Amino acid sequence: MTGTAPAADTAGTGEAPTAFLEVRDLKIHFPTDDGLVKSVDGLSFQLERGRTLGIVGESGSGKSVTSLGILGLHNKRNANVSGEIWLDGKELVGASQSEVRRLRGRDMAMIFQDPLSSMHPFYTVGQQIIEAYRVHNDVSKQVARKHAIDMLGKVGIPRPDQRVDDYPHQFSGGMRQRAMIAMALSCDPELLIADEPTTALDVTVQAQILDLIRDLQQEFNSAVIMITHDLGVVAELADDILVMYAGRAVEQASVDATFHRPLHPYTWGLLGSMPRLDRDRSERLLPITGSPPSLINVPSGCAFHPRCPYRDLNEGKSETKRPELVEVEPGHKAACHLPLGRRREIWTDEIRPKL
Amino acid sequence: MLLLVSLVTFGIFFWLPKLAGQTTDQIAAGYVGKAPTQQAIEDTKERLGLDDPVVVQYADYLKAIIVGKDFKAGPVTDHCPAPCLGYSYRSSQPVLETLLDRAPATLSLAVGAAVIWLVGGITVGVISALRRGTLWDRMAMIVALSGVSLPIYFTGLVSLALFSYSIPIFPGGGSYTSITENPVQWFQALVLPWVTLAFLYAAMYARLTRAGMLETMNEDYIRTARAKGLPEKTVVTKHALRASLTPIMTVFGLDLGLLLGGAVLTESTFGIPGLGRLAIDSIRSGDLPMVLGVTLITSTSIVVINLIVDLLYAIVDPRVRLA
Repeated sequence: MTGTAPAADTAGTGEAPTAFLEVRDLKIHFPTDDGLVKSVDGLSFQLERGRTLGIVGESGSGKSVTSLGILGLHNKRNANVSGEIWLDGKELVGASQSEVRRLRGRDMAMIFQDPLSSMHPFYTVGQQIIEAYRVHNDVSKQVARKHAIDMLGKVGIPRPDQRVDDYPHQFSGGMRQRAMIAMALSCDPELLIADEPTTALDVTVQAQILDLIRDLQQEFNSAVIMITHDLGVVAELADDILVMYAGRAVEQASVDATFHRPLHPYTWGLLGSMPRLDRDRSERLLPITGSPPSLINVPSGCAFHPRCPYRDLNEGKSETKRPELVEVEPGHKAACHLPLGRRREIWTDEIRPKL
Repeated sequence: MLLLVSLVTFGIFFWLPKLAGQTTDQIAAGYVGKAPTQQAIEDTKERLGLDDPVVVQYADYLKAIIVGKDFKAGPVTDHCPAPCLGYSYRSSQPVLETLLDRAPATLSLAVGAAVIWLVGGITVGVISALRRGTLWDRMAMIVALSGVSLPIYFTGLVSLALFSYSIPIFPGGGSYTSITENPVQWFQALVLPWVTLAFLYAAMYARLTRAGMLETMNEDYIRTARAKGLPEKTVVTKHALRASLTPIMTVFGLDLGLLLGGAVLTESTFGIPGLGRLAIDSIRSGDLPMVLGVTLITSTSIVVINLIVDLLYAIVDPRVRLA
């Protein structure tokens, strides 16, 4: 059973799904003076306990907006959220703010990108973990403090009984991210969303943090969503990958399929722009030409068509008709007009040798 | 710091008249009274040391503050003990005693108003920030703008006219009573000055708090606090407000320090016998030691309160703490 089994069968029916987390046709739009920003526009996926889903895409593809949407952290006044988010049999989009608030931190937690700005500078690391624990657990300060020290020890902070009273600015970058993880995990959340958890860290620390997240996931058997633009990170950690472009999923598959049999030109582009040490080096990395589209004026048809080198092979469909995300192989979905056979040819003959 | 302040003040009041061509005879004549005799003028000059070089006069003044001074007035020698600020040229009262006599009125006015404006200003500011763009926010900011713009002698007189003369709820101007004498009357007499003075400052603090809160609410750590599942109330008070208070504290230190040296306009408008009124009266009558005294008190309170604020920083913001 993969974590990204087709969601289309049940989408829109409003029935509770069997998957632990299921997102159906999620749309998050922001009305602005310049127009409607469609940050997420019809996203569906599923995730089971103990599995890791990697969401990749360029800046502005809607990755972080999706994660904040799942936690219900968008301000209802300036964001229109529609669709369904089912977490363990509970629907979150239509739920009241206080219901979602009670789930936040306890059933679903988040690790943010920049641990320095994400922790309150005026409170000690311990106070912040204790606070997170005591919101959802009716325990005394002493018990919560003991728990905070345990958590800090678990994420590999030396002398946790002393460091618990330090302020975030007294921690190094890697230690801060560990503390952030300790805070997120303090209530044993079943869903952990990591939003580019290693971007602000140097490479050696990155590897440690990723190992830590993997170990903790195994210990707690939680579902993890790993949001990143670093394909190396998802290759290491994820079971399944969701590639996002302009607020929509363009390809959804297992890690193995994504790296070895990708079936969307955008995924090819991402792979081509990733430095690899385990292959012969081609002269240069192959960047995707152009830049991500404006989310106010998303290109017609396939949003990727202005940057797609194969758009002329589709007899004009790329510019006029939006490709649906369809299952091309069991557990492997892609949204592209190119005939499947032609896509496989291009991948084996043109793209793969150049990587 | 204090030395510098006293030096500048001293220079302004004792040296500038000389530069302006006023002779010490004329200064002394001013103190002797009507129809001064040459003898009285000479005596006064001698007594006050007016003919000494300015530097010597200043040294005398400082020395008096540190060790006290003996004044020879005819046959009697009067000893003025250690923090001696001299005697008033007008009333011949010791300056320090007069200052201490006037200080409680100013202190009651300043502290009472400070409590009102802090509570009122910060509350309005927080609510405005949370309801940004709503009718409440716009109204509050319009009121705040008018509060900042309207001078005390206008709002003060209007409030007196309304709540003292038209509808006699509160006593009129000049009804200040010391708290030790009659606490109830003290309170009643101060309500209008407090509110009037606080209105001006509350307006400023509301805008300051609103701006600070708007900025803080966009910080990443606020998002983290929400992600932890904290109730919105906790997020706002414990996380956002705490971080917005630092700049407010700075301004508050300056404002309170300045007010403790005398809220000149408020005291004049409401007839409160505080340091501000004393300053005005002394300046008008050219009572140099008294003016110097008030100035010193003002600057001392500003310096001391800012020192306290700096120490408070370390408590509020752990990043400021010394390693």
